[in-house]
Amino acid sequence: MDKDFVAGVDSNAKKSPRRVAFITRRTSAAVRVTDEEQVQTYPELLFRVAVALEILCIALVITALLFNAPLEGLADPSHTPNPAKAPWYFLGLQELLHYFPPVVAGVLAPGLVVMALFVIPYFNINIEAEGLFLKDRKRRLTILATVAIALTVFLLIFDVYVAIPGTLIIAALMAIAGYSSPQSPSSLQRYLAAKPLSFWIMTWFLIELVVLTAVGTFFRGPGWAWAWPWQGY
Amino acid sequence: MPKTLANYFDELRQTRVWCSVFRSGSGTSTLHRSLAIQQNVFLHLFSTKVRKRMMSFSATWYLGTLTFGTFLILVLTGVLLMLYYHPSVPQAYADTKDLQFVVSSGMFLRNLHRWSAHAMVFLVFAHMFKVFYRGAYRPPREFNWVIGVVLLLITLLLSYTGYLLPWDQLAFWAITVGSNIALAVPLLGQKIHFLLLGGNAVNANALLRFYVLHCVTLPLAAVVLIAVHFWRIRKDGGLYVHQSEPARAKAATDSATAQVEIPKPEAK
Repeated sequence: MDKDFVAGVDSNAKKSPRRVAFITRRTSAAVRVTDEEQVQTYPELLFRVAVALEILCIALVITALLFNAPLEGLADPSHTPNPAKAPWYFLGLQELLHYFPPVVAGVLAPGLVVMALFVIPYFNINIEAEGLFLKDRKRRLTILATVAIALTVFLLIFDVYVAIPGTLIIAALMAIAGYSSPQSPSSLQRYLAAKPLSFWIMTWFLIELVVLTAVGTFFRGPGWAWAWPWQGY
Repeated sequence: MPKTLANYFDELRQTRVWCSVFRSGSGTSTLHRSLAIQQNVFLHLFSTKVRKRMMSFSATWYLGTLTFGTFLILVLTGVLLMLYYHPSVPQAYADTKDLQFVVSSGMFLRNLHRWSAHAMVFLVFAHMFKVFYRGAYRPPREFNWVIGVVLLLITLLLSYTGYLLPWDQLAFWAITVGSNIALAVPLLGQKIHFLLLGGNAVNANALLRFYVLHCVTLPLAAVVLIAVHFWRIRKDGGLYVHQSEPARAKAATDSATAQVEIPKPEAK
């Protein structure tokens, strides 16, 4: 049967109502529904929120009953404990201060991280979020190798050995992504191939954040020297 | 027919007093349930309907909800703790000791406050990463992401300022280590350090400053921004689901998808 209707591939009844698809008898245009099933916030969502909050309360109350908050002796400016540690969420920073000068580790690094977080949604590359190696693969793999080697050498120079495994793991996963495509047989490869640049940077940041915080919390003793968790600093 | 608890509740909702309090009326129709959200000063921050898929645990892990839950616990326990606490040296330490040994359930109160604070810092980080990995920062939600980052910083500052208040060795030296980082700021380091502590070292002025920040300034800022954060979820079209995005935001990611599908004509 000859084609007796015309429909542009980008015709969108909602977006551009002037475009007309001519439909002959016995055929009908099915507009793909983009709205999905909705439910009432009250009571459906509020009930679930209440359950979530109750579970949270129970968990925290049990924790509070079982474990006492620490309280040491009266503050004494003339007696410095060794090591003197910041709250746990700043121990990643304190760990960085061990390797880099204060202006880099204490000001530049956290400042740049916060700035980077602020601007994430304002870059189209993060909105489109295309697989990093789907375009221009060879050049991007070369850049990846260069950056990975430079970063590793940089970390070696400053003795930041704890940050190297995470860096190498991410670099290796990125290399796998570079040699994968959406048509790859394994689902892991397809998954990695679809990941954009922002995913890799954020995941690297997440790993290093966890590693540095954990090292600062559990593996540092007097004089910020390496210690084991069971030594209890 | 025997009356159930639900019957009594329904009767209660018909009373004049109930109707005077809740503007939405007592019906169970979809309209009444929408009004229950829309006509309530607190709940009207939310939309009256939500996408069913977004209520599943896997979609959000309820991390935002849980973060807000820890905040509520912290406000409640924090106000109670304030009844027993003087922000002065060395009375602050004595008060903390009293909370442990003299005040009824004081130890529990302090424990709950402290563990909830740690939980909030952890949850707010987890929430941020979950939102990032879902790609939920995409337009039109950019600004809500920015508000979220500000709330992350406020949470860190809340926790950090609270850390000093027990005025023990742990508090004193943690704040000393943390505030010394400010000294590394080029040119203004000394000034910022002085402004933060009200002196050149952690002392009674610093305790008072941190107390005011912890109990007044930062919680107020947090409440305002949390309200905006919730309200923007509704204004930006509910929680992010890629498949339900309006065409403009969606076009960037799958530009070649036809919106109109024309089925093949039936064979003659």
